[in-house]
Amino acid sequence: MRVGIVGIGHGKFGNRSDATVQELAFEPFKQAIEDCKNLRRKDIDALVVGSVPEYHMQRSLPGVVAEYVGMNPKSTWLTEAACASGSAAIRTAYMAIKSGMHDIVAVIGVQKMRELSTEEILALMGRVGDVQWESIFGTTFPGYYALYANRHMHQFGTTKEQIAQVAVKNHYYGAMNPNAFFQKEVTIERVLNSDDVAYPLKVFDCCANADGAACIIMTNEDLAKKYTDTPIWFEGLGSASAQMSVLRRPNLVEIPSAVEAAKQAYKQANVKPSDIQVAEVHDCFTIAEIMAYEDIGLCPKGKGGKFIEEKQSYIGGKTPVNVDGGLKAKGHPVGATGVSMTTEIVKQLRGDAGKRQVSGAEIGLMHNVGGIGQYTFVHILRR
Amino acid sequence: MPFKYFGKINFTPYTKVDKFADYLQKGKLMGTQCKKCGEKYFPPRADCIKCLNDTFEWLEYSGKGTLHSYTKIYAAPKGFEDIAPYTLGVVDLEEGGRLISWIKDIPDNEIKIGMPVKVVPRIFEETEEIKLYYTIGKP
Repeated sequence: MRVGIVGIGHGKFGNRSDATVQELAFEPFKQAIEDCKNLRRKDIDALVVGSVPEYHMQRSLPGVVAEYVGMNPKSTWLTEAACASGSAAIRTAYMAIKSGMHDIVAVIGVQKMRELSTEEILALMGRVGDVQWESIFGTTFPGYYALYANRHMHQFGTTKEQIAQVAVKNHYYGAMNPNAFFQKEVTIERVLNSDDVAYPLKVFDCCANADGAACIIMTNEDLAKKYTDTPIWFEGLGSASAQMSVLRRPNLVEIPSAVEAAKQAYKQANVKPSDIQVAEVHDCFTIAEIMAYEDIGLCPKGKGGKFIEEKQSYIGGKTPVNVDGGLKAKGHPVGATGVSMTTEIVKQLRGDAGKRQVSGAEIGLMHNVGGIGQYTFVHILRR
Repeated sequence: MPFKYFGKINFTPYTKVDKFADYLQKGKLMGTQCKKCGEKYFPPRADCIKCLNDTFEWLEYSGKGTLHSYTKIYAAPKGFEDIAPYTLGVVDLEEGGRLISWIKDIPDNEIKIGMPVKVVPRIFEETEEIKLYYTIGKP
């Protein structure tokens, strides 16, 4: 029996100092219920929350979210897989429905990253790698992706200009997305001349910490038609892990968990990379999108720079990627990101994406990476 | 020499491989080797990934290696602001394994991926507390 999505909701991403975590979670939850036809809140069996707990003052988030959105006494739990926590939540919801344990499950991805002081965030960011052998030298998140970038440039001749083109594209589409943190286009000169963060990455190569939430309602094939005329089906779900430490990775030019998760998803969905008509990939840094093109097979290994240079990831190119602005323009509220990507693919496959619609899209893919590649989830969806 | 003295800021004072710090203070860069299957580890590990054996012995590393990648950190995390910007290198060690550390005494324009480098054990001398580390330099 297939599992599908019958409702979606997406809050405004950005600096949300106007709301608590549970208030952020409420916004897309309400939208997602109203997006379904005839769904009553009491029909939902369970609420899965995807979030990274250490950013919040509130401990044990599902408890407070379930209460605030009025889901008590239904089952609720948290999934954590760093920046892929939202997709991990979707995977557990899929398992719950597929097993028959639950019929209708709401998944909320939510994060309020700006609740902590800058001081506390800086301390947290210092512990993103292996704290025993790496963080003691002052490694950072952008620093790890900069190591990938320099190695990719060395090995494949990828250029800084090609890498910067990813930011230009994602801000171009972000300007059309009312939920995005940044809704302004940028020029390649602006990207290349922005402040240094970790050589070769500049400020405009990095996504921004943001607050925000997104929600989807999932159910089985028997019930789906009752709640929507346009269910979107999960066709393939890949999930894999890779070494936490870059010191134990086979190489620094790919995310091995992404390669493996994509392979699993394609196999289950029985489709090829060339069948994907629209994709959402994890562009936490510009170089990450270039590696993603290669890891999920949109282009051969080492050709990611060429792929963006030739505008193959724009609408009208070979495979449009991140046409909602990506993490780059939307902002990256870590727990919300995987669910946010999923709502965009659903919009695209329903034909509801407005100005940024990929015409006639029937098969879409989302690729959500946790940390610096420790976890990757790849989901293939179909109309 | 407790392991808590390893690094500018140490997050893991307790580990099964805490003798690493002792050796480092004596100027030795040590990895581990599984007593059962012989697999070598740098960074050191107490427990073998390959065969799940939990006994190991120490093995001295030459510090010789090749630069695998690098970056220069401008936006530093808490506790590292005072030394920013600093350049980090990832080194493929001659005996196997990798490490990450600061590149010292190689000008930016001479840093090239693939260049031979040498890792040298060091002690922070400018701080009151004892702090052990290693740096990447020219062979």
